[in-house]
Amino acid sequence: MIELKNIRKSFGEKEILKDVSATMEAGKTNLIIGASGSGKTVLMKCMVGLIPVDSGQVIYNGEDFTAMDDNAKKPIRQAIGMLFQGSALFDSMTVEQNVMFPLDMFSTMSYKDKRKRMQECLDRVAIKDANKKFPAEISGGMKKRVGIARAIVLNPKYLFVDEPNSGLDPQTSLVIDKLIKDITIDYNITTVVNTHDMNTVMESGDHIVYMHQGKKQWEGSNEDIIFSEDKLLNDFIFASEFFQDIKEMRKTEAFRDKKWRHKGGEAGNK
Amino acid sequence: MEFRFFYHFGRFLLMLKGMFSRPENMRMYWKEFMKQCVDIGIGSLGIVVIISTFLGAVTTVQTAYQLVSGFIPKSTIAMVVRDTMIIELAPTMICIVLGGVVGSKIASELGNMRISEQIDAQEIMGINTKAYLIGPKILAALLTIPALVVIAAFLGIFGGLEAGKLSGILSHEQFMEGLRSSFDGYNVFFALSKSYTYAFIISSIPAYYGYHVQGGALEIGKASTTAVVISCVMILFADYALAAMLL
Repeated sequence: MIELKNIRKSFGEKEILKDVSATMEAGKTNLIIGASGSGKTVLMKCMVGLIPVDSGQVIYNGEDFTAMDDNAKKPIRQAIGMLFQGSALFDSMTVEQNVMFPLDMFSTMSYKDKRKRMQECLDRVAIKDANKKFPAEISGGMKKRVGIARAIVLNPKYLFVDEPNSGLDPQTSLVIDKLIKDITIDYNITTVVNTHDMNTVMESGDHIVYMHQGKKQWEGSNEDIIFSEDKLLNDFIFASEFFQDIKEMRKTEAFRDKKWRHKGGEAGNK
Repeated sequence: MEFRFFYHFGRFLLMLKGMFSRPENMRMYWKEFMKQCVDIGIGSLGIVVIISTFLGAVTTVQTAYQLVSGFIPKSTIAMVVRDTMIIELAPTMICIVLGGVVGSKIASELGNMRISEQIDAQEIMGINTKAYLIGPKILAALLTIPALVVIAAFLGIFGGLEAGKLSGILSHEQFMEGLRSSFDGYNVFFALSKSYTYAFIISSIPAYYGYHVQGGALEIGKASTTAVVISCVMILFADYALAAMLL
């Protein structure tokens, strides 16, 4: 579990994060959603230690990450995998070298075992026949998948994903969302995803934190979001008629499930 | 302006301090060091060969042009070429050229890695990126650039020898006679002192500007240009300071 307590961050005069407190639940897909400029990316970079917080705490399983020096942070950092918005693959390395890099740097495995692990991760993200290609030679969706493979190669406890669907077509976005969700479940990882893709919110998120102008506006589960009366949240998520229809449909389904659950019905347990 | 100087100088020192930490994996650091040796050393060899040969050739022709008195032996031209190449042209001119070639490469490589979040990706993994990305570049420059300067000095003298013969200014025998007379080994020490100082300037200043770049492609270009300009000015400043101190 990752706890955020009273996080504040300013750049010059501009206050980006205003007393943000939230909890990222263990073993779940946690989403940070919000409009562009709401502070999502800064919050995520504060969580992983790329940007130091002005005040507040980031607590990983009871350990205050913000109070640690660089050396003390290393074990937690090695338990973190991150997929960046632009994938951040190393240009000068091939796909397989990119995935092998964390193993080469930190693992004591033999070369044969490292290659086996690298291939397992590439297979897991369905990358085929691209081992020897450079990042410039593969598509955006493939880059994201290679980025995920590199992020999970050291069996992280925490996976951070920044805007996984940016620049991808809807079909590829679905594949990436499903992959992140599946990996979270299969490897029992605590995943934090930064997104403003409504499809991701509806399909992948277990626990959702909504940011508005640097503040946490709302926090709850995927189901709670349907019933939320928060105007700002509703205006953001259900901005289009299409999503309003989905909300009504989901509400009906959720009510029906609740009813069945009370009756001990099979569908309610799904 | 003064404030910005101290700001950059302080941040530059902090960057250097940040490089000193225990390597996460010595083998990977060695691999990166060797890669940088190839990039900086072998990668710059071609331009060094061309420039130094022609510098020596031009020095021979121009020295002959200025020595109009018949009382001065022709072998003096070789002495002038030798000392000019060793003391000034091989270390300073070659390092100014390398400041452009190597400096812009280092600044743009690190700048691109910063902008595309590759440095952040390594930080997340728990790698000390100052030590892993900057350290091997500076060490590789300190190893390969003095070697390139020595090669440049030899090739410059060779260029002078051939130019003297080809233009009919002096024979090989006269040139060799001049080369051997009044040789002072201290000049080689002075040239190497210069080349080590310049190697540090050429690698560390562009690394500083590239590592701390913010923005996009335009800022990478600006950082690269600034790095090369500052490196060249610092080389000229160090040239004067070392000459005043050591000669």
